Amino acid sequence: MRPESIAAMEPFLAGCFANPSGIHGAARAAKTALEVARELVAAALGAQPGEVVFTAGGTEADNLAVEGAARAARAAGRGDGVVTTAFEHKGVLAAADRLAVDGFTVQRVGIGGDGIVDLDALGRALDAKTVVVSVMLVNNEVGTIQPLDEIGALVRDRAPHAVLHTDAVQAVPWLDVAETASAADLVAISAHKFGGPKGSGALVARNGVPLIPLLEGGGQERGLRAGTVNVAGVVALAAALQATVDTRAADGIRVGAMRDRLVAGLVDAVPDTFVNGDPHRKIAGNCHLGFRGVEAEALLVALDQADVYAAAGSSCSSGATEPSHVLAAMGLPRDAALASVRISLGFASSDADVDRALDVLPATVAQLRARMGALA
Amino acid sequence: MKVLALMSGGVDSSVAAALLQSQGHDVTGVTLRLWGGETDSGCCSVADVEDARRVAAQLDIPHYVFNLGDDFGASVVEPYVAAYAAARTPNPCVECNRSIKFGRALDRALTLGFDAVATGHHARVQRDPAGVYRLRRGADSAKDQSYVLYMLGQRELARSLLPIGELTKSEVRAIASELGLRTAGKPESMDVCFIARGDRIRFLAARAPARPGPIVDKEGTVLGSHDGVHTLTVGQRRGLGVATGTVRYVVDLDAPRATVTIGAYADLLTTDIAVRDLHFVREPPDSRQLVVQTRAHGAPLTGHLEDQRVRLQAPAPRVAPGQVVALYDGDSLVGGGLAC
Repeated sequence: MRPESIAAMEPFLAGCFANPSGIHGAARAAKTALEVARELVAAALGAQPGEVVFTAGGTEADNLAVEGAARAARAAGRGDGVVTTAFEHKGVLAAADRLAVDGFTVQRVGIGGDGIVDLDALGRALDAKTVVVSVMLVNNEVGTIQPLDEIGALVRDRAPHAVLHTDAVQAVPWLDVAETASAADLVAISAHKFGGPKGSGALVARNGVPLIPLLEGGGQERGLRAGTVNVAGVVALAAALQATVDTRAADGIRVGAMRDRLVAGLVDAVPDTFVNGDPHRKIAGNCHLGFRGVEAEALLVALDQADVYAAAGSSCSSGATEPSHVLAAMGLPRDAALASVRISLGFASSDADVDRALDVLPATVAQLRARMGALA
Repeated sequence: MKVLALMSGGVDSSVAAALLQSQGHDVTGVTLRLWGGETDSGCCSVADVEDARRVAAQLDIPHYVFNLGDDFGASVVEPYVAAYAAARTPNPCVECNRSIKFGRALDRALTLGFDAVATGHHARVQRDPAGVYRLRRGADSAKDQSYVLYMLGQRELARSLLPIGELTKSEVRAIASELGLRTAGKPESMDVCFIARGDRIRFLAARAPARPGPIVDKEGTVLGSHDGVHTLTVGQRRGLGVATGTVRYVVDLDAPRATVTIGAYADLLTTDIAVRDLHFVREPPDSRQLVVQTRAHGAPLTGHLEDQRVRLQAPAPRVAPGQVVALYDGDSLVGGGLAC
């Protein structure tokens, strides 16, 4: 976590333990901190404070956006069409699946091999009955940035009754979300992706978009998210976001250069390496590569033993690596997908980290290939 | 040695990892995620993975999860369904040992630079003075699992550690309790791990449509009907739904014609078992008398191998096609195959 975020939350864990909905002095202090945080978050995301709903993370924000907007629209008789993409985060896909079970017409638009949503297909999927369109701002595996302005124009043109939701969870550390997601009515973020704590997120609901809440009870968060607000998590989210915004432009340039050095170095040093996702349209921290003939699952273990941490696919609750639905959606053959790994860089990454990865990875891949060859 | 311990989340593999660590090996734990399908109650449920992970954490060894679901589906589940459809006895544990644990997982271990894999099987790997690896029955005869390891050869045995084979089950549990392992009192897994208890017929029906057909006697007289050959097995006498006044046994299953033949106990008896896909721990045996085992915990018979046939000394009930026939010299496995 960012030190600013830890420092911000500490008083609300150790000292100011009050419920912000109370009426005594400590409660007022908590309430003030909560609303200051809301103003900070709103400013960073290009929204009004009254348009920010705090949640327990990105998945809840995605669920609330997709399900909440779709159910509210259908209840108002505006239609029942939901359009999303094949490579969304599971927080969106699962919500869409549940809507399909409840009788909504759900379409998943395909993805190009470059990791960018197929705009022609998206256009064809939209019509007057579409009520929710959900396209992520940055893909969580290959890091590609989706053309949200074009998508917004398409939605206004073809689906006048629809609201546009974007899962911006991966975008915050690298992009000015206020600008890049300005076309979206709904924007989901999650604190742990930008140096804040896990289990804290937010949804921006702009332009008076009606939502039916997932959680009902005491009416907190303007009735959109009942339950005592996680004050420590919220102030820590806001502090992490502020710190991110302050250094984001510089971080992007610095990390992007390190990432470019890492990718070029690996492509150069490791034969039969391929890059996943358009290198010119991805965030600075994303390095997603495949090494032909190497099982990513084995490579991750070998790298972990050398203290280099990488990832592949998405993790399920058992901790096993599931084959990536993102790479499948991009049309990557299964064997290539199973040979692909993601090495993420962040604001805390250093040149020494890149040196170490460049030192360890080529040797590790060569060793695995040699041992696999010996088995055959 | 650098050892990759396959930890299912059960007590045997937990203690196996602990014992190897105490013997000074450099142990890493791994749990295989094999089946995420219809049941989450089997050998690779989230709860079992968590048990394995926690035991590894307690032992302070690294722990990983390998997702071998694709291989498990192709090498274990599909053949399981196909065997039933063809009226053969499926051997999912045998196929998992062959293709997954001592196949893919062993290969993965060697790829990662490990010297051996370890499992919690009740059997003993020993290296004789001539450098030949032998697989002996586990010390606890009631728990012996050498039968489902009949396919292991020199290559696998040289790279496998089965420390539990030296212990009885109660000794395993005692060690687990002594070490305070959370799996000490865990019940045994009994059923096929990828099918929820009591759900076999539905599981199969969803994958291979059942073909009902007649139940006939040796002369071909129709005595009744069945819901599919996969619902019955050779030697079965209960649940035939045929009242003939005498006890009748299934003596043959003909999958292509969906016909079940029943007969008297005498019709079941044979001294001859044709076997296929024979595999030997080291080399084919000579004509000496061997212990013949035709079920996981069945009574041992006596016989010898003649080419692709096992000749029994005394008549015994026919072995269902597909059943593993394992051969032992004393308590040392010689090899085995599948009954035709």
